[in-house]
Amino acid sequence: MKHPSRAHLDPALLRGLTRRRTLQAGGAAAAALALSACGVGGQQRDPQADEDFWAGKEETGSLRWANWPLYMDPDRTQLTQFKESTGIDVDYHEDVQEAASFFGQIQPKLANGDDIGYDLMTLPNGFEFAKLVELGYVVPLDHARMPNFADYAGDLYKNSAYDPGNRYSVPYASGVTGIAYNPEFVDREITSLADLWDTAFEGKVGMFADPQEIANFGLLLNGVNPAESTKEDWEAAAERLREQRESGVVRAYYDQDFIQPLTNGDLWLTMAWSGDIYQQNMEEGTDLRFVIPEEGGTIWTDNLLIPFTSKAPIDALKLMDFLYEPEIATGLTEYISYIPPVPHAQEVMNEWADAEGDSERGEALADMAKSPLVFPGEGDYQKLHYYVALEPGEQDEFSSIFQAITQS
Amino acid sequence: MRNRTTTPYVLVLPAWIWLALFFVVPIAGMLSLSLTTGDVITGFQQTFEVGNYVTAVSTYWEQILRSLFYGACATLVCIAVGYPMAYWIAFRAGPHKSTYLLLILLPFFVSFVLRTISWRFLLADNGVLLGTLKSIGLAPADLQVLNSTPAVVLGLAYNFLPFMVLPIYAVLERMDPRMVEAAHDLYAGRIQAFVRVILPVSLPGVFAGVLMTFIPTSADYVNASVLGGTHNTMIGNVIQSQYLVNNNYPIAASITFVLMGLLLVGIFGYARALGTERVMEVHT
Repeated sequence: MKHPSRAHLDPALLRGLTRRRTLQAGGAAAAALALSACGVGGQQRDPQADEDFWAGKEETGSLRWANWPLYMDPDRTQLTQFKESTGIDVDYHEDVQEAASFFGQIQPKLANGDDIGYDLMTLPNGFEFAKLVELGYVVPLDHARMPNFADYAGDLYKNSAYDPGNRYSVPYASGVTGIAYNPEFVDREITSLADLWDTAFEGKVGMFADPQEIANFGLLLNGVNPAESTKEDWEAAAERLREQRESGVVRAYYDQDFIQPLTNGDLWLTMAWSGDIYQQNMEEGTDLRFVIPEEGGTIWTDNLLIPFTSKAPIDALKLMDFLYEPEIATGLTEYISYIPPVPHAQEVMNEWADAEGDSERGEALADMAKSPLVFPGEGDYQKLHYYVALEPGEQDEFSSIFQAITQS
Repeated sequence: MRNRTTTPYVLVLPAWIWLALFFVVPIAGMLSLSLTTGDVITGFQQTFEVGNYVTAVSTYWEQILRSLFYGACATLVCIAVGYPMAYWIAFRAGPHKSTYLLLILLPFFVSFVLRTISWRFLLADNGVLLGTLKSIGLAPADLQVLNSTPAVVLGLAYNFLPFMVLPIYAVLERMDPRMVEAAHDLYAGRIQAFVRVILPVSLPGVFAGVLMTFIPTSADYVNASVLGGTHNTMIGNVIQSQYLVNNNYPIAASITFVLMGLLLVGIFGYARALGTERVMEVHT
């Protein structure tokens, strides 16, 4: 959902996007076929099967992982370190291009109880996550085997509202949805969600097309905490978003490709993901600003999950836990520049920066360790909200309320 | 003797298998899916719920009509641009015909999405085209083309232009030049010769071109999502998000059939108007 946009920084972008589109089409066709072929009875897995999932499971020495593109350095440093430490080979696939289409791909196979080709996968907290849990397609984790997680995971990343007690998932990385603006065109400081509604920026404001993302901004503008929002709140938020659209201030609703228009001045300010702005500034030398609006912003988390068809669940657990070693988490963060679930990584990053001294890498590390986009402070966290938590039964209604805005 | 009678059937068998596997089976599956109720969690039950179609049309009629309108506009642009191109290559390009055809096809060696995205760079507010026009005062400073209806229609026309040019070219290229000479011998001026001889002969090519551009442009979703603004959603975008974001397969399938039905009706009406014999000529 978020990360492929980083691809704007290099030619992989266009390839990535193409591949994503292809996958979407393929996923839809596959899903439709599978659904129609099997008459589509009840798809839920027996929850009883979870009870003794771990009994008799053994390490296999290799595992297959589906992750997002550009979500680990091209040398796969962390996987090499994992191999050195545990002897387990990781077959790494950058196959998750978009949460919804990935779900469309794996759902028919999981409904049949077939191997999906991965033993571990990375998905954001969101509709697909909730559906996988509801359907019983992901296994509860054996926390007794995850000492690093217990020791090093930040309090905020333990026991989240979308997965109480980390029963099914542990975070991989998080990001913030806030407002980014280009000071080349905007000659005042942007601080508030209301700025996105300001008609002085007619035709120059970007909003996200994702229902969960855009809903939060409408709700927060109305002063509603997304976690406690009701259907009436959603409709009131949609009304505000409709006013915004009809006032002509919105240029378009973006899936993930807002960076380039923001850089070239087609957009002056836009909803944006923190990591993308950070990378664009680092790699392209742009001076884009990112703010968490005073009314609040959104925090989302990509999570590691084990499908119940996994052939190497023990290996997957080991890898999950390995990624919580502070040194490993720091190395990963240095490349992906999203928020690590391991607060201790900030300390390690500062140590590395000191050790590197004045070199280019040393400065980059020191900057990153200071950046509130990668290591948000207490005050930042207080302003951040997760997506509206929805029961799978409510998702259709919720989506259609907001898609009526973004798909007119 | 026996062999001779079965041979044609054996020859046509692969085509039948292909059609059955990749057209009939999916279409039947989609049709049954469009008549189900339920969701991904509890499964979809075959309830023969016709209400899906009512919901689909009543919720998305605007996007459906818009898609047909955009498709029609893009097709007209393709005719306006493509016909002269085909004409010129067929009659004026001399020995270099294949070179020019290759030039028309050349952009299509690049991926569809990539080509569409490159229009974002072309049409950016301060980009190559508008930036230049604005700086020499030929366009107002606040002119915006990207993220608008014209951008989507032009993107569609650009992406499907060869599908208009090639069939028209194929017909014109086969035309006997002596027919034009005969027209001139009978005192037809250039315009009259074109209107009364060349144009009627080329109509089957135009007909085929219209089919090959109108259908895919009406159902396209890439151009609207890459080049569109806040009021440019096409029905393809809706189908895509119903399938992949909402996992609402019955509604997605219903919209698909509504669109297919409208296109079929439109095409049959159009074929009637142009005359079916001419339609048959296309592939002779």
